[in-house]
Amino acid sequence: MPSLAELVAEARAIASGGGSATPEAEATRVLTICNACRYCEGYCAVFPAMTRRLEFGPADVHYLANLCHNCGDCLHACQYAPPHEFAVNVPRAMAEVRRRTYHDYAWPRAFGAAYRRNGLVLCLALAAGLALFLLLGLALTGSLWHEPLAGNFYAVFPHNLLVAMFAAVFLFAALALALGVARFWRDVAPGAPPAGQGGAAVAEATASVLRLRYLGGGHGAGCNEVDDAFTLARRRFHHLTFYGFMLCFAATCTATVYHYLLHLPAPYPLDSAPVILGTLGGVGLLVGPAGLFWLNLRRHPLHGDPAQQPMDRGFLVLLFLTSLTGLALLAWRDTGAMGLLLAVHLGFVMAFFATMPYGKFAHGIFRSAALLKYAIEKRQPSGLKLKED
Amino acid sequence: MSEPVDVLVIGGGNAALCAALMAREAGATVLLVESAPKAWRGGNSMHVRNLRCMHDAPQDVLIEAYPEEEYWQDLLKVTGGLTDEALARLVIRHSSTCRDWMRTHGVHFQPPLSGALHVARTNAFFMGGGKALVNAYYRSAEALGVAVRYDTPVARIELDGDRFVAAVTEGGERMEAKACVVACGGFESNLAWQREAWGLNERGEWPAENFLVRGTRFNQGVLLRFLIDSGADTIGDPTQAHCVAIDARAPLYDGGICTRIDCVSLGIVVNREARRFYDEGEDFWPKRYAIWGRLVAQQPGQLAWSIIDQKAVGRFMPPVFPGTQAETPEALAGKIGLHPAAFAATVSTYNAACRPGAFDHTVLDDCRTVGLLPAKTHWALPLDTPPYVAYPLRPGITFTYLGMKVDQTCAVRFGGRASPNLFVAGEIMAGNVLGKGYTAGVGMSIGTAFGRIAGASAARALGRAHPTFTRELDHALAR
Repeated sequence: MPSLAELVAEARAIASGGGSATPEAEATRVLTICNACRYCEGYCAVFPAMTRRLEFGPADVHYLANLCHNCGDCLHACQYAPPHEFAVNVPRAMAEVRRRTYHDYAWPRAFGAAYRRNGLVLCLALAAGLALFLLLGLALTGSLWHEPLAGNFYAVFPHNLLVAMFAAVFLFAALALALGVARFWRDVAPGAPPAGQGGAAVAEATASVLRLRYLGGGHGAGCNEVDDAFTLARRRFHHLTFYGFMLCFAATCTATVYHYLLHLPAPYPLDSAPVILGTLGGVGLLVGPAGLFWLNLRRHPLHGDPAQQPMDRGFLVLLFLTSLTGLALLAWRDTGAMGLLLAVHLGFVMAFFATMPYGKFAHGIFRSAALLKYAIEKRQPSGLKLKED
Repeated sequence: MSEPVDVLVIGGGNAALCAALMAREAGATVLLVESAPKAWRGGNSMHVRNLRCMHDAPQDVLIEAYPEEEYWQDLLKVTGGLTDEALARLVIRHSSTCRDWMRTHGVHFQPPLSGALHVARTNAFFMGGGKALVNAYYRSAEALGVAVRYDTPVARIELDGDRFVAAVTEGGERMEAKACVVACGGFESNLAWQREAWGLNERGEWPAENFLVRGTRFNQGVLLRFLIDSGADTIGDPTQAHCVAIDARAPLYDGGICTRIDCVSLGIVVNREARRFYDEGEDFWPKRYAIWGRLVAQQPGQLAWSIIDQKAVGRFMPPVFPGTQAETPEALAGKIGLHPAAFAATVSTYNAACRPGAFDHTVLDDCRTVGLLPAKTHWALPLDTPPYVAYPLRPGITFTYLGMKVDQTCAVRFGGRASPNLFVAGEIMAGNVLGKGYTAGVGMSIGTAFGRIAGASAARALGRAHPTFTRELDHALAR
């Protein structure tokens, strides 16, 4: 157990720009102070989960860090935030641990290092490289610029080739994420919910994810961005992004059903389900990421982990450009540029899938798992018997 | 020299902000000057967390009822009668109506926090605590056009008889206004004044030298002393303060809530000589923590140790600093600098005096000592489950009670005559209601009531009536 002198020295060092030895140690230090204060308990799930504990081991810290939505409410409300010598900054401590979560739980393990390098430049370079590769392929077969093909993608890239390429990358990404989060779940497993309450726990966690409950602040007025004023902007832009993504995913699924079950190959007319879903989703994926990027640029300097900004921004730009190239493809699919636009769009989609398990996308998976753990854990009896309760 | 405003508010905490908002709502131009830089704004209000509220029936976050009479009796009990009944009842009644106004200025309430359920009936908690409240008030004030200046400590006031003329900052800037509200706290942060107030004890110690200040470093009492020296009528005793036992390792200032040690009633407390000195189990800790500051202040070196064993772990709010642990009482004494044999003897005498009972830390149980002086009257279990844990205690001053005597307008009085345009609110006049003692959340009830009243009074001094407050206040006065 650290002595007082060590704790105070540590707090001073941090206040003056030093820092705990590891992100986990810093989170433990901060949570020990929070657990003795608890003023922020109404804001989100992190603090009620914290009060069920007296000590914060690595698994607890990773769990609590992934419950944190980096809303900033507790930072601006904190009587111990810098310049106080305790230098409590929960959102930053949690964000720094989350990066370790993504890194440490990545599958395959060796790929975890990708998080450290994942950024805007990497995302764009990867997308451009893939698009260039596809363009080269087209050029070699002489169809880079072609007669209008009435939007028939498969005349440019054979259907089975596309399926093989994307299925391989997507399935790998899904597998990598699933194995990563499975390992996370094993380490932080809450045990079984009390009999008959499993359904309620799952329903609550699902609702928290789908509604982004904890970007609302405990009061529903939202989170902090530039200063201590509350705003729902981040929640709304995130909804546009998330549901835009889900609509695009639904468009792809519908098209798959059309292709294999209804034997209706693409291209689909503008009033068909895949195009309507994809277009709506595409618009969401333009407005949402653009809004989140704008908010990210304006965030209060003490929020989150500055080291993760490149990853966050790279992900947003990739989403935005994936959507933009997709909508451009739709707009000009009947022209001679279709092949070129298709190659560029596919390059972005491929880059998105490829970076999915090693980028910002992972936050949704780990956070959902943490929210499920929280929903289960809060239904279990507490091991503590604090006398004032 | 600055452009004169209608109302100058000196201070930047809850009472000052309430006054500024009220005067602005009444149509006055308002300048608020806060001595602290922006990062430290809000005085002690950044450390508070709830408001004690009267209510006759369940009200949003408040359960059951907390009627006026019960609130008054609670106040009467903690102050031992050192309270002005009319002003106290004004605070109590105001607390039943003020939360809607607070909400319009962005304050969010929530049900009580874990570890504080004993006040679920009586206290409405601010979501995020006092700093969130202070932030909300500053945002609202700025949105309404209140001018705010940080880093602006006021050194003195220019008076024309009993009339406020101008304030002069430490930087020498003179600020004129038609009316002024002084709401800049007590003198708890002024260590020299504390030392003088507490004096020299019979052991030749200056006890206040070993005090910690739980709150802001900015309440230096500059204007309190100025007004006293100017002949303003005062109330209260300079040695009366909200003084609790806190972790001795807390920072000198701004340790706030997390430096509390909540395990006193679950173990024993010894002084530097390894002797017990008071009944640790007299009552529930929330009802006793405020007397332990004074008890520790009376011990040699103003230091004591709360000692528990493993049976107590998990039964009290976790302390911010880890305790010192050892496998035997002697070893523990060695680690914390007590005489090992003396400490071991205290523990074994206490253990032998513990009468078996049904331990229950949620009620006043029947586990007590027999034939021990001082007795431990509840929750007395032998210390027998190592490792033993020790937490050091020192007196922690929250705020002082010496202040300006006022009536229900909050006007400063000179020889019984009310100033026409100088008002006070918050800690600098809380002593009218709290002559001594404390009960959770009442400081915010006092600061909010008199902050709002002082702001409305300042506006009225220049002929501006607050649009709704007159009716609200009449209701509180006439009830």
